[in-house]
Amino acid sequence: MTDLTLTVLIPLLGAVVVIATPRGDRTSRPIGIVVALVSLVQSLLILRAFDKSIGAFQLETDRPWVPALGIHFHLGVDGISLWLVLLTTLMVFLTLLSPQAMGLHKTRSREFIVAMLVLETGMLGTFLAIDLFAFYVFWELMLIPMYFIIGIWGGERRLYAAIKFVIFTLVGSLLMLAAILYLYAQVHAVTGQWTFDYATWATITLPRGPELLCFLAFTLAFMIKVPLVPLHTWLPDAHVEAPTGGSVILAAVLLKFGAYGFLRFALPFFPLAAQQTAPIIAWLAVAGIIFGALMAWVQDDVKKLVAYSSVSHLGFVVLGILVLSDKGIQGGIFQMLAHGISTGGLFLAVGILYDRRHTRQLADFGGLWKKVPVLGACFLVLVLASAGLPGLCGFVGEFLVLSGTFTAGKDWRASGLSSPMFGHPALLAGLAATAAILAAVYLLTMYQRVMFGPLDKPENRDPQVRDLGLRERLVFGVLVLAALVMGVAPQPILERTAASVQALTASYRDRLAEAHANPDGPARRVIPGQRPARPTTAQAERARPSR
Amino acid sequence: MPTYAYILVSLALFFVGTAGVLLRRNALIVLMSVELQLAAGTLALLAFSRALGDQKGHVFAFFVMALAAAEAAVGLAIVVSVFRTRRTANLDDVNALKG
Amino acid sequence: MLSHLRTIPLLPLLGAAYLILVGRHHSRRAVHHIACMAVGAALVVSADAFFFGLPALVKEGGLTDVVGTWFASGDLRVDLALRMDALSGLMCLVVTLVGTLIHIYSTGYMAHDKDYARFFAYLNLFCGAMLLLVLGDNLPVMFIGWEGVGLCSYLLIGFWYGETANASAGKKAFITNRVGDLGFLIGMFLLFRAAGTLDIPALLDTARGGGAVLTATLWWGQPVAFWAALFLFFGAAGKSAQIPLYVWLPDAMAGPTPVSALIHAATMVTAGVYMVARLGAMYLLAPAALAIVAGVGALTALFAAVIALGQNDFKKILAYSTISQLGFMFVGVGTGNFAGGIFHLFTHAFFKAGLFLCAGSVMHALGGSGDITRMGGLAGKLPWTTWVFRVCWLAICGVPIFSGFFSKDAIVAGAFATEVFGPRLAWVSPTVGAGLLAAALGTAFYMSRLYYLVFTGECRADTRGHLHESPIEMVGPLVVFGLGAFLAGMAGLPPAVGGSRADLIGHWLAPAVGPPLEVSSGFEWRMMVASTVIALAGIGLARLFFGGGAREPARRFVAALPRLVAVVRSKFFVDEIYQWLVVRPLRGLSRGLFVVVDRILIDELLVGGWTFLVDTIGRFLRLVQVGDVQRYLAIFAMGLAALVYVMARPAAPSELKIRIEGRSAVVELGDREATSGKLDYGFDFDGDGREDRSGPSPNATWSYTRPGRYRLRIRVTDPQWSTARTIERTIDIR
Repeated sequence: MTDLTLTVLIPLLGAVVVIATPRGDRTSRPIGIVVALVSLVQSLLILRAFDKSIGAFQLETDRPWVPALGIHFHLGVDGISLWLVLLTTLMVFLTLLSPQAMGLHKTRSREFIVAMLVLETGMLGTFLAIDLFAFYVFWELMLIPMYFIIGIWGGERRLYAAIKFVIFTLVGSLLMLAAILYLYAQVHAVTGQWTFDYATWATITLPRGPELLCFLAFTLAFMIKVPLVPLHTWLPDAHVEAPTGGSVILAAVLLKFGAYGFLRFALPFFPLAAQQTAPIIAWLAVAGIIFGALMAWVQDDVKKLVAYSSVSHLGFVVLGILVLSDKGIQGGIFQMLAHGISTGGLFLAVGILYDRRHTRQLADFGGLWKKVPVLGACFLVLVLASAGLPGLCGFVGEFLVLSGTFTAGKDWRASGLSSPMFGHPALLAGLAATAAILAAVYLLTMYQRVMFGPLDKPENRDPQVRDLGLRERLVFGVLVLAALVMGVAPQPILERTAASVQALTASYRDRLAEAHANPDGPARRVIPGQRPARPTTAQAERARPSR
Repeated sequence: MPTYAYILVSLALFFVGTAGVLLRRNALIVLMSVELQLAAGTLALLAFSRALGDQKGHVFAFFVMALAAAEAAVGLAIVVSVFRTRRTANLDDVNALKG
Repeated sequence: MLSHLRTIPLLPLLGAAYLILVGRHHSRRAVHHIACMAVGAALVVSADAFFFGLPALVKEGGLTDVVGTWFASGDLRVDLALRMDALSGLMCLVVTLVGTLIHIYSTGYMAHDKDYARFFAYLNLFCGAMLLLVLGDNLPVMFIGWEGVGLCSYLLIGFWYGETANASAGKKAFITNRVGDLGFLIGMFLLFRAAGTLDIPALLDTARGGGAVLTATLWWGQPVAFWAALFLFFGAAGKSAQIPLYVWLPDAMAGPTPVSALIHAATMVTAGVYMVARLGAMYLLAPAALAIVAGVGALTALFAAVIALGQNDFKKILAYSTISQLGFMFVGVGTGNFAGGIFHLFTHAFFKAGLFLCAGSVMHALGGSGDITRMGGLAGKLPWTTWVFRVCWLAICGVPIFSGFFSKDAIVAGAFATEVFGPRLAWVSPTVGAGLLAAALGTAFYMSRLYYLVFTGECRADTRGHLHESPIEMVGPLVVFGLGAFLAGMAGLPPAVGGSRADLIGHWLAPAVGPPLEVSSGFEWRMMVASTVIALAGIGLARLFFGGGAREPARRFVAALPRLVAVVRSKFFVDEIYQWLVVRPLRGLSRGLFVVVDRILIDELLVGGWTFLVDTIGRFLRLVQVGDVQRYLAIFAMGLAALVYVMARPAAPSELKIRIEGRSAVVELGDREATSGKLDYGFDFDGDGREDRSGPSPNATWSYTRPGRYRLRIRVTDPQWSTARTIERTIDIR
């Protein structure tokens, strides 16, 4: 039952079954929910079988797919992807469970469930694939159902938003495809094998110029997904137009692929290029943190506000990854999970408000706590989690990222990184930390305008504005509980990511040291650990900035 | 007769056919010109086949004839349906693919 | 010791959780029983831990309770750990005692509110968070409580959320606190970077040991300790309402009065003082930071006292009074007189909570209004309230034998006597001392003004007919606070009065914050006389102005200096200044950025620009797409011909060798087809356009007459198809 192929296939098979059911959601929805639940349970079994002391991939399954081209259906899970897989299965389950997933459209619910399940397959496959070809296939597979989810069940400008989403994503991913093919050839040139195997690829060092180009191609694809300012403008449109379920999955899972791909592929494949461009990306990340927060502040549309807050929150993830220390990367991963829970939940709450009131304009709400106290309480917990209140999930990730960034200079020297990733880490951390203030400003302003104040608008007094139903209570109960548990006891999550993150950073440092020692060499293979790659003390001394 | 004579006839037929395809505006004539091109190809195949004393060319000639029949059937069907909807068989008027 | 320390914060937190989840379905009785029991049990457990752990508290650095690892990553490890030492034990008792009393008081005050369960849930949550803050053994755990009390403050200020003003006041409090919390965070990071730990005992050990890592210079010639202390103090200024972040506290009076007493007077707002005292050893490493703490404290004490002179709202006056008294406490800790600061915190908790509860009682009697110009003559109507108010009033004014007299005196005398600033900053000590004396005069004046306007003279209230004393559950806690306000000073008698062992608090706190400040006996006596004179002068002046209602001198004063009075009444326009200098520009900037950068620059120009480019190219390309199959075919035929021509060209030689031997050049084309003899080659060695060698041989030799640079052109022709390819090279002949 812990076969990863099964993880990927369960939703797909479920989708096939759902297609075969009659129209409408009488039978298709229960089946969809059950499939998502099975998927969730199966991922929990994976969690149980996961050995936290191993940094490498576990539970691998490797089947030849297209043997002539060296393509394998190769899946594996490590500490980095483990929790993201769980987040995916949980959020898809909750989305299918919640009655508002399709927004105001009440038609074609069977097809919606099929799209969701196919999307789940794509997402799980992307997280689990450790064959670049399989990764790319799953990566593009995600795009199609999401396109339909926005384009069919979306709001008024759904086609514009769906096409914008697809084109933005495709621009990045096609460049990445070109880089993948180039690397495929280079891997063959160096190793003599035609292979897409992740582990092999992660040992190839390219010459400087091509490395930079390939890195930029990969990074562009990932940074569009994150999204990093200024590549973010598809996000507010997609979120505003997408139906509730689409927004939830988009925020909770899809946005994570940018950071995940950056961490999994862009950094290990192109260590030197990553270091060269790290200052730019770090500043963009901090700019995004502040910019997103300021943008969120001036939105009148609740969904847009939450969308811009995503831009702000995910900047932390990118910053944490670039810090390349345990604190930073683990914090980044944790922040991804926390953002999935809190922002996913916020979108769900906004979706319920939209369902009750048919509007998303802040000015149309006010005083709703009186009408919907349970929703108000859950909404408040999620708002506070999103604002990074200690004791809730948002704090730990932000704290780790910020402390990791603040102390980055010290960590880099201690770990023997030959030169800093970017300058002024403490300044960047300080700037990024102002987002804590801004988050409180825009989130509490939003909350106040929705829930507090007099209940003076007749539409808001309408009996149709009712509190959470049973299924909704279940969904929010899970989310609130998750936010609390992750805030109070984050250690089980962190300790399962630790070994993989350490392995990743150690190999990165080795390969970076090799690349610095041999900067203009041809494409070559460096297997970390097989050569004394750590710089000597003398080098480390030289790299230390003089006071 | 020497092989090149057949080839010359085939060439001439092919160019007549090509000219017809490119220059005539009536869909029926264009279809007939395509038949001419196919006939030219068949002739060349047969000529080479005889010259080389090999039977494969003959086999291919049959393939081409079958293909020509199929093409004529489908092509005529298209022309007829276009004529039904547009009351014309003039190719200049059938430009739905215009960008 | 009956149980773990963790039960102390856990009890109220569980109470809160229970009340939030199912409290709505319980009766009022059940709700307040659960809430009061939760806090009362926490009080019992604290007292139990405190008194059974006395030896450990004093000698061994306290009791600890490690629940587990909260989070750990790399070299950062944060335990969910609690510690009760002399300081946190005392704080813990104060918090649970005041908390319990105010819970009891609230059962009366909030008796008719329909959100009863929610109110008590928040109060319980607050107590839990405050206890976490107090007991936290490392800075992040302290930070949970730190932000947690901020959250509860937000929720309770905006408790009556139906009014937008209340909700906005709550939001303002939370955001202002968040601004301070940024300082707290950065201070934490600085300490962690320098010392590699966030555990308070470890940090203090480092600091007490002289701490080279903390005294290393960081920025602008100041040591790490200075910057960490400064940033942490910024956090404290947010929480404890000091300049420049005090603006939220007066607005916070929008919350129910018990909340003002518990959170905005006795406990939460003192968290900053507590934190500075807790990290006292580190502050002592940075005299400049201490000077800033003391300076800001004195300035705030004075400034808030001045503003309080011009206010007419009962609770607002008390709020500014709280800000001012917190300034006193900061001067205490800022002059290295940690025990003095905590002593004042202790006494202040009693008399200020008492004052607020009296305010609540008065407003309860008057139906909710807090305008003191519409009160007066309440002394006879509310006997218990009046007596408690009198005690607390005399205590805050600093009249001898009342508690405030001793604690305030400890701070003022300490401010003059301290030597913590060193020779270069020695001027700070008399300056802040003088500031405090002025603030003390102001305090005595505005508190007495409050007393005379509310309790003496004619009753100006609309509802004078049915004025009634509050019920027993409100009066009971009032009396306890009154007794505390009267007697709490006995816990810290100066040595000059009661002998060397009289300063109980000072000696008690010594293991946690260092020995009490030494003040010579003679100086102490002189200070006490001066304070008494100042207090009596303030009271006397106020009686002259306001005894039995606003009198002639007060009216004359207002008439003489209308401008000054107006400025003071409008609180020096600080809120407006913040609004115009910070909030509006930032919001304008955000709007501008949204429209100009996000919408126009990025979305219209950058994104739209690309689509426009693609669109334009597409428009041109569609001209080619004429929809005429015959034209496509013609183009196809031409393309095919071109392709055939290109493909039929002789392949480029796979190998081209040019050897230079002296003045001759030898060219060899290593071509697979070259040997077949079907190709024709032509070589032009000197670039004059004429072929020097030609024929079927792929090799040629040529001797140059002069050295120089020559253009070598090689032609390869396939005579069968008449296609050709040329290759050019440049060669140097020396």
